[in-house]
Amino acid sequence: MTDPIAPALILIVASVLIGLTRGNWRSAVVLIAPLITLWAVWQVPDGVVTTARFLDYTIEPVEGSPLRRLFATIFSIMAFAGGLYAFRQARWYELSAAFVYAAGAIGVCFAGDLITLFLFWELMALFSTVIVWCGGTPAARKAGIRYAMMHLLGGVVLKVGIEGVVVHTGSIDIQPMLATNFDTWMILVGILVNAAAPPVSAWLADAYPESSPTGSVFLSAFTTKTAVLALILLFPGEPVLIGVGLYMVMYGIIYALLENDARRILAYSIVNQVGFMVCAVGIGTQMALNGAAAHAFAHIIYKALLFMSAGVVVYRTGKSKCTDLGGLFRTMPLTTICGIIGALAISSFPLTSGFVTKTLISQAAVDQGLTAVYFLLAAASAGVFLHAGIKFPWFVFFQRDSGLRPKDAPWNMAAAMVLFAALCVLIGVFPQVLYQFLPYPVDYHPYAPGKVLYYLQLLLFSGLAFFVMLPWLKRTPTIALDTDWIYRVALKNVVSRAAVLIGSVQEKTHQHLVAILQAGLKRIQRHHGPGGIHARTWPTGSMVLWVAIMLASYLILYYLL
Amino acid sequence: MNRPETDNHWLTRPQTIRQLWMLFIAILVLTVLAQVLIKVKGYFGVDGWFGFAAGFGFVCCGAMVIVAKALGPLLKRNDHYYDD
Repeated sequence: MTDPIAPALILIVASVLIGLTRGNWRSAVVLIAPLITLWAVWQVPDGVVTTARFLDYTIEPVEGSPLRRLFATIFSIMAFAGGLYAFRQARWYELSAAFVYAAGAIGVCFAGDLITLFLFWELMALFSTVIVWCGGTPAARKAGIRYAMMHLLGGVVLKVGIEGVVVHTGSIDIQPMLATNFDTWMILVGILVNAAAPPVSAWLADAYPESSPTGSVFLSAFTTKTAVLALILLFPGEPVLIGVGLYMVMYGIIYALLENDARRILAYSIVNQVGFMVCAVGIGTQMALNGAAAHAFAHIIYKALLFMSAGVVVYRTGKSKCTDLGGLFRTMPLTTICGIIGALAISSFPLTSGFVTKTLISQAAVDQGLTAVYFLLAAASAGVFLHAGIKFPWFVFFQRDSGLRPKDAPWNMAAAMVLFAALCVLIGVFPQVLYQFLPYPVDYHPYAPGKVLYYLQLLLFSGLAFFVMLPWLKRTPTIALDTDWIYRVALKNVVSRAAVLIGSVQEKTHQHLVAILQAGLKRIQRHHGPGGIHARTWPTGSMVLWVAIMLASYLILYYLL
Repeated sequence: MNRPETDNHWLTRPQTIRQLWMLFIAILVLTVLAQVLIKVKGYFGVDGWFGFAAGFGFVCCGAMVIVAKALGPLLKRNDHYYDD
């Protein structure tokens, strides 16, 4: 058997090699390392494989299970496709950071204890920040700092929770829990920060679109889906997640409808899709957890595909705003078709991967008799078609003619897109390809005729609504305010005003102190200065007089005593 | 790259667009009529009604667009809002 720590380590070693090699060697490392990782993932058996001593604890760096292997599998596939997409265009340090980032995600997958999970969690936070910075613009630099602050804050909250659990229970095991006390709430909140849950969903749409065309492909895959895995492992059936998930679903739709930037539309739709998964974890049945895991798997593929197609557009035109784009289908047919396949998959159109995974979640809601959840998820499915399924390809590739005539994707970008588009269709047409790897046995048939018809009606009439209401969806060169306004504007204003206030207080205190000091100096001057009473020279005559008085007094006293 | 040219792509011709609309409407009608032949299982009663999903999808999307439109004046700011 291979060294079981290998899956994450392989990518870490590869990231170092990316820095050390050049040309074809580097390309070979980028393309081959994820495949070796994928092979290593499938060498990890069920149960705890390795243990080690860390501080005073016995940690379990590698623990296998079907769920863990499933997530590690898609992360490895993502590293490969991302590498293929990026290896000729991205800078070496972006690729290197992306591989450590992927290693962090795979490390979390196999983490058998909370300490290992936390270490890999922070590894992801650090190197994903580097990827945001690789955007190379001043906006990317600022967004990267905000991104890092949010994730380090989330990491601290997670660490507080983990330490609380360890202190109070004495166990560092990863096991299902519910948010019932301060410690578990902290862990839940720490994970939800990475899942882009409210009220901090804004970090995702703030940072991802500022990265490079290749960087956003990597970013779309790992952080939020690792959070979904952590939720499945730690909080299955936690009721609060149903509400959180439904909020995320609706938030993503509304903000994506308001958005003008193509990659930001896709970023909001990540929050929307992760909302489906979070909701499924909250439902917590075997069907629901299967749904969450399957949907995460499918989502990584079609979301990366969508970011790839948007990335090609940004790479070729340098533009990402819908108001600047349009009509690109003329010269970018392959990118358009791949984008449309990704858009259909995210909309869970029959015969695409999204359909066979998202309906698992809806079915779980039905099985539990959760009427409101079921209808809200159905409404959200319609909304996904509206904001991502049609809006994204329509405004980028069709609508009006922007006059842009860019070339289609370079061959490696095209190959990565075709691979993922094919996977979207393959999983959609043959769901067993994915179902067989889910953590629990699947007794579900997505292609019941009534179900297909139901979703066709739902989606096609959503499409009708889009085109009927198109004038209301006209793009404007605007952004939409979100909760990040609090720390980007409000807190900044508070801090700058506080700085002014503190400055004026400091100034006045300074003036006051100087005045006191000057008054004191004047007093000293008066007494000890050249004209002061203590500084006068005494005349010799008076000295003689005083000596005479003292001697006389002495004589008198001597005589008397 | 940025070479504007006379736009005569078949997809953009008014006649094509008209035909696409007719095709789309025909498909919409067919998906609803198909419910005569194919039973849609209603898990909660109403979702089994004739054409329910069609109406639900249309109304929900309409509502979402209206909500987004209504929130626009409140939330939308100029592109450069955060620049300084």
